[in-house]
Amino acid sequence: MDVAERFAAGDPEAFEALFRQYQGEVFRWIMRIVRNSAAAEDLTVETFWRVYRAQARFRPGAGSFGGWLRRIATNVAIDHLRRSRIEVPLPDDLGTSASHPGEQGEMRRQILRALGKLSPRLRGTVLLALVEEEPYEKIAQALGVSVSAVKLRVFRGVRILRKELSKAGVHP
Amino acid sequence: MSERDIEELKKLLKGALAPKSDSELCRDLWPAMLQRLDARPVLVPWWDWALLAAVIAVICFFPGVIPALFYHL
Repeated sequence: MDVAERFAAGDPEAFEALFRQYQGEVFRWIMRIVRNSAAAEDLTVETFWRVYRAQARFRPGAGSFGGWLRRIATNVAIDHLRRSRIEVPLPDDLGTSASHPGEQGEMRRQILRALGKLSPRLRGTVLLALVEEEPYEKIAQALGVSVSAVKLRVFRGVRILRKELSKAGVHP
Repeated sequence: MSERDIEELKKLLKGALAPKSDSELCRDLWPAMLQRLDARPVLVPWWDWALLAAVIAVICFFPGVIPALFYHL
């Protein structure tokens, strides 16, 4: 019996083993979406909390634990974007704006503002696909949608971004 | 909109936002996880709520039982 099977059977030590094995991977995945290390740490714990509560729903034969975990982590990260949308989008990125003075810094701010106009789900997809260059198949699995749905979201996201950037006088 | 438009926007985004794929977790989060597990809210079983609702209903419909209830408390 492997660790995921022991977890599904209710073994608390298996949960700790899985946490230690996957915490770094979950943190990195969430970081790609929320782009803030403090938030990503909290959301990693939140992800495993949801995993712990959903223990009974995990079926070892139905798919990999890693895939299931990434899907939960993606939902947690997108929920976070939804909550923090109005406040400060992408704080870690804004924090380094001092290294881009003048016109370049202004363009950067416009890009961040345009990204903030996207819905959390679109923003997450655009960040994963265009900035992090994750394969569409992986994004689709993480979002629980088809590859064509991911492509459509990227297309819609790009269209909105181009429109918002054009309004701000930034032309890609 | 073409693939070229997407590529151009990708270049623009990557110029503004550094990829975070190399981010590393600086600390073990297991202690925080344990804290979260210990701080689980107390779950009240549904039958306790049902009992409370029944008592409130009895008091509302038969106010005369209130002295008897106090007597038994």
